[in-house]
Amino acid sequence: MKWRYIKQNLFFGAVRLSALTITTAVVAILFYIFVNGISVISWDFLTLPPRDAMTKGGIMPAILGTVYLTSGAIIIALPLGVISAIYLNEYAKQGLVVRIIRVGVNCLAGVPSIVFGLFGLGLFVVFLQFGSCILSGALTLGFLILPTIIGASEEALKAVPQTFREASLALGVAKWQTIYRIVLPNALPGIMTGSILGIGRAAGETAPIMFTAAAFYTSKLPASIFDEVMALPYHIYVLATAGTHIEETRPIQYGTALMLVALVLGIDLIAIIIRSYIRRNRRW
Amino acid sequence: MVTIQDNCIIKVRNVDFYYGKFRALTDISMDFEKNRVTALIGPSGCGKSTLLRLLNRMNDLIDGSRVEGEVVFEGKNIYDQDIDPVEIRRRIGMVFQKPNPFPKSIFNNITYGPRLVGVRKKSDLEALVEQSLRQASLWDEAKDILGQSAMMLSGGQQQRVCIARALAMKPDVLLMDEPTSALDPISTAKIEELIEDLKKRYTIIIVTHNMQQAARISNYTGFFYLGKLIEYNPTEKIFTTPDVRQTEDYITGRFG
Ligand SMILES: Nc1ncnc2c1ncn2[C@@H]1O[C@H](COP(=O)(O)OP(=O)(O)OP(=O)(O)O)[C@@H](O)[C@H]1O
Ligand SMILES: [Mg+2]
Repeated sequence: MKWRYIKQNLFFGAVRLSALTITTAVVAILFYIFVNGISVISWDFLTLPPRDAMTKGGIMPAILGTVYLTSGAIIIALPLGVISAIYLNEYAKQGLVVRIIRVGVNCLAGVPSIVFGLFGLGLFVVFLQFGSCILSGALTLGFLILPTIIGASEEALKAVPQTFREASLALGVAKWQTIYRIVLPNALPGIMTGSILGIGRAAGETAPIMFTAAAFYTSKLPASIFDEVMALPYHIYVLATAGTHIEETRPIQYGTALMLVALVLGIDLIAIIIRSYIRRNRRW
Repeated sequence: MVTIQDNCIIKVRNVDFYYGKFRALTDISMDFEKNRVTALIGPSGCGKSTLLRLLNRMNDLIDGSRVEGEVVFEGKNIYDQDIDPVEIRRRIGMVFQKPNPFPKSIFNNITYGPRLVGVRKKSDLEALVEQSLRQASLWDEAKDILGQSAMMLSGGQQQRVCIARALAMKPDVLLMDEPTSALDPISTAKIEELIEDLKKRYTIIIVTHNMQQAARISNYTGFFYLGKLIEYNPTEKIFTTPDVRQTEDYITGRFG
């Protein structure tokens, strides 16, 4: 066999191996959580609050809390992120200022999540006096996922062919209308992808909500955005580290983790379905 | 050089155009007659597209570009401070080299512009679609598939959708940048026929690399070289007894 083919096979082998490793890792983690967690999953587990010092009962307040926090984060970050991306990509003169903003956004993406937590604590909880509540947590998570959404939106906007913009402008359509009617609709699937990643990240983070929104335990459901909530990742963290029944509650911890994973995958699935639906209706 | 006395719709006066530091057009002065076809010819890179895009301010979109001189449309310089480029582009439509329909149905491609300027009634929109498609001689082929995506049509049909889309805005002038260069001979012939027909109502300025096409369809022809207007004369004169030697060399293919 020629050296060229050996090299090619080596390369393909390495590629396959990497793909295999990643897939195995994902499957192994999911499998492990599933096997350990499935035993506690029941209708009651999903619909009842915890009881007996959180060693029994369900996780309903935590599921609800995570749904609230995640939706809140998306509601805050999506418009802000998309509008920033539109500014950076469609309006701003490409130059030093824009480059500095982009670097800033990228740095933001690299900031550890605990720093976001402290920032949220300082700004929303203490300075603005929102207290530890859904609003503070959602804002903090919103900032956390902002870079992801800006990045994905910019990519999506860049992928819209320049000829579409030119065609619209040449008809005498104003720039903002061109963006609203032509550019945005065509960028939407890409923006959705970014939001999916953002949702996953927001739902799974513990550190940003630890000081800003998450309650150790509440059995009552939040009545407004100024109430504290339980949240799935924090609940896992609490049960696994802070209780007096750490070993005893292992199944509940795995069950909660399983729910968190299922929730994130469920949201992803919905977003993927919507995205492919939009794509299909675009026909190009 | 021709100077058009009456019936002049666009007057270009001493225009220089810069892409950053690079001067793409030098001291262009030329008049465009109403309801006539004017062809712009010249070797690649000589500035034909640049001039065309200057006439409806499409060059505004390019960062770092700059215009000097005047482009007078209906007695006003379109580069004056108080002129809205959006308004200019409504009056001076454009068809591009590569067909660029929107990823929408044929119907929505054509009604996209008119809807945004306030045509709302369904019957008005339908009438407009039929009228524009007829003018673009696409009606017979498209009337039964108006709901289909324009992206599914052939290149020649797509280009005619783009022409219909431009006409639906009821412009006075139609700028065409090599509208047939991506098309086969039959589609090309169709579009040439169409141009012949359209000049009754519109002023057409067309860039082309095809000498026969310029000779066939245009009333006036301007020959450009390296950003300068070398010769501008009635088409017949350019193609039989040009004033300038360079023009003759280019037309007869002896250029090099
Ligand atoms: N966006 C741009 N930025 C910088 N320079 C440009 C830009 N567009 C065109 N040019 C330059 O300006 C000159 C004229 O370009 P233009 O596109 O007007 O030529 P053209 O006559 O239309 O050529 P072709 O027949 O190939 O279409 C060329 O030298 C080109 O490199
Ligand atoms: Mg050109």
